[in-house]
Amino acid sequence: MSEAGTGIAVERWTPASRAAVATVVVVVVALAVGQKIMSAGTTDRLTALFVYVILAAMWNALAGFGGLVSVGQQVFFGLGAYFTVRLADWGLDPFVALGVAALGVGVVAFPLSFPMLRLRGGEFAIGMWVVAELAHLLVNLDTLVRGETGTSLISLNNYDIGTRRAYIYWCALAAMVVLLAILFVLLRSRIGAAIQAIRDSEEAAASLGVRVLATKRTLFVLAAVGAGAAGALWLATAITFQPKAFFGVQWTAYMIFMVLVGGIGTFEGAILGAVIFFLVETWFGATGVWYLIGLGAAAVLFSLLLPKGLWGALENRWSVRLLPVGYRLRLPETTTAK
Amino acid sequence: MTDALIQGVLLGGYYALIAAGLSFMFSVMRIINLAHGSLAVVAAFALFVLADRFGISPFLGLVMVLPLMAVLGWLLQRFILERATRAGALVPILATFGLSIVIDNLLFQQFGANTRSLAPYIGDLSYDSWQITDDISVGKLAVLTFAAAVALLGAIQLFLSFTQLGRAVRATSEDGDTAGLVGIDARRVNAIATAIALVSAGLAGLALGTRATFDAYAGGPQLLFAFEAAVIGGAGSVWGTLFGGIILALGQSFGAQIAPQGFLIGGHVVFFIVLFARLFIPGSTFRGRLMTALRGKPA
Repeated sequence: MSEAGTGIAVERWTPASRAAVATVVVVVVALAVGQKIMSAGTTDRLTALFVYVILAAMWNALAGFGGLVSVGQQVFFGLGAYFTVRLADWGLDPFVALGVAALGVGVVAFPLSFPMLRLRGGEFAIGMWVVAELAHLLVNLDTLVRGETGTSLISLNNYDIGTRRAYIYWCALAAMVVLLAILFVLLRSRIGAAIQAIRDSEEAAASLGVRVLATKRTLFVLAAVGAGAAGALWLATAITFQPKAFFGVQWTAYMIFMVLVGGIGTFEGAILGAVIFFLVETWFGATGVWYLIGLGAAAVLFSLLLPKGLWGALENRWSVRLLPVGYRLRLPETTTAK
Repeated sequence: MTDALIQGVLLGGYYALIAAGLSFMFSVMRIINLAHGSLAVVAAFALFVLADRFGISPFLGLVMVLPLMAVLGWLLQRFILERATRAGALVPILATFGLSIVIDNLLFQQFGANTRSLAPYIGDLSYDSWQITDDISVGKLAVLTFAAAVALLGAIQLFLSFTQLGRAVRATSEDGDTAGLVGIDARRVNAIATAIALVSAGLAGLALGTRATFDAYAGGPQLLFAFEAAVIGGAGSVWGTLFGGIILALGQSFGAQIAPQGFLIGGHVVFFIVLFARLFIPGSTFRGRLMTALRGKPA
């Protein structure tokens, strides 16, 4: 907090947000240690939740902070899974393969960003979808994958089922924490200010010397690595790699649902959205088609009626910032107000 | 080779038909409607129901389905797109994507996973062909689809150039606020434009159903074909759309010559080649070169 002389203060942390970060640390430690006493079912469900949080946070990083709506993020999800299968087939330990695959997705995303980031709005959105379709078709050409039949991450059988489940859980938890921490630090850094300036007006930001493309590229690659990690982890829990299941556009539908419902452009909103999606899936996932219709309808309604999502509405009403990534001015007369 | 070329050009007619509405809406409202493909599939299913349950020929069915599509377009603009456009540049993408998810799954709920076709309801036309030389024959249906695409694009061109309403559409797309100052009701113009786009999607639905099979989730691929054709041709350009459709189809035919799986890959690869050429070397599209050659200025 820095005083500006007139009693106006720039606020980055609030007591509530300090408490929130402390709580997050405690919860993460509890989740890591608590695995020892969890049932197999709980472990699997929580692993799924961590993957959803990664997907939501990474799509939000791109759309909510970078202003880049992509309906093709399944390309990175699918490639993360495919690279894992490919590397494991070459003899790499499956758990090492998970990490290398996620980074490999980043290596693919970097050159891809050069042409794709020159597209605007809807062109970028659908262009990414075409990228996903093309990647899907090319992956099908790999003889290991055998077209739509798919293949399995057989080498996971080297670990017994209990150890494997726990390792995957810890990997997912670690991936979630690391990715969210990177995003949090990134958004609070100098690049974070650039990101928000670009989102508000690209031209104005560029005229102030913000390196627009480099900043967007950072987000694009981070979001790709995150989606790749999510795909690799999802493969580890599902074991079978069927290209259709990993390159399907429904993954983007889930990401959009989570972020729109939780709150696009807010750090906490994406996490809240993932939790809501997780609950909705647990309760209504069995209804199949109607569940998907509901997700689509919710996305339409939230985008039109509550564009800042549930977290945005909460934030406006009670002015809460649990994980603040921005700067807020506190005027002297409001200093006593909570 | 000649045969592949001819079939490719004719298939391009279908892509132009599905791309026409997408491109038209983009040029008028700057919105890419991600539900465009799904709406074409809705029309195909509507024609299927009319033919299957009531024995109405798909061509006659259009008389009922096209007005319905126009009404749908009007509603789409009034209840979703208008609000979405006001909410920001990204919202129409999200809202129409959500809409496509709703439509696809409602269709799945209603019609299940079976693939359908309108071919059984159009008699000999589905397989009749004209023999041109000994080894080249062209399907009557493919020629008809191509002709429909040319007629539709021609009609859009004439509408934009010569009618009062067409001028209002062009004025609104140039600058909605200024058009409002001279008494043009932008809401009405946009609703009419969306209605026109959906009528064209209805026509594309007929072409899709008669030339191939479709299922509840066929909307996504159709959207991608439409998008690729529109972008290759230069988004928002009427005749460029036909050109884009043909280039896309030729890419696919060429890909299929190399390998059986090459059909879709070939199309996507051509799309990216054209896209990147356009991005990095302005005015370097085939169409750009063609236009420069014809008119002496870049299109």
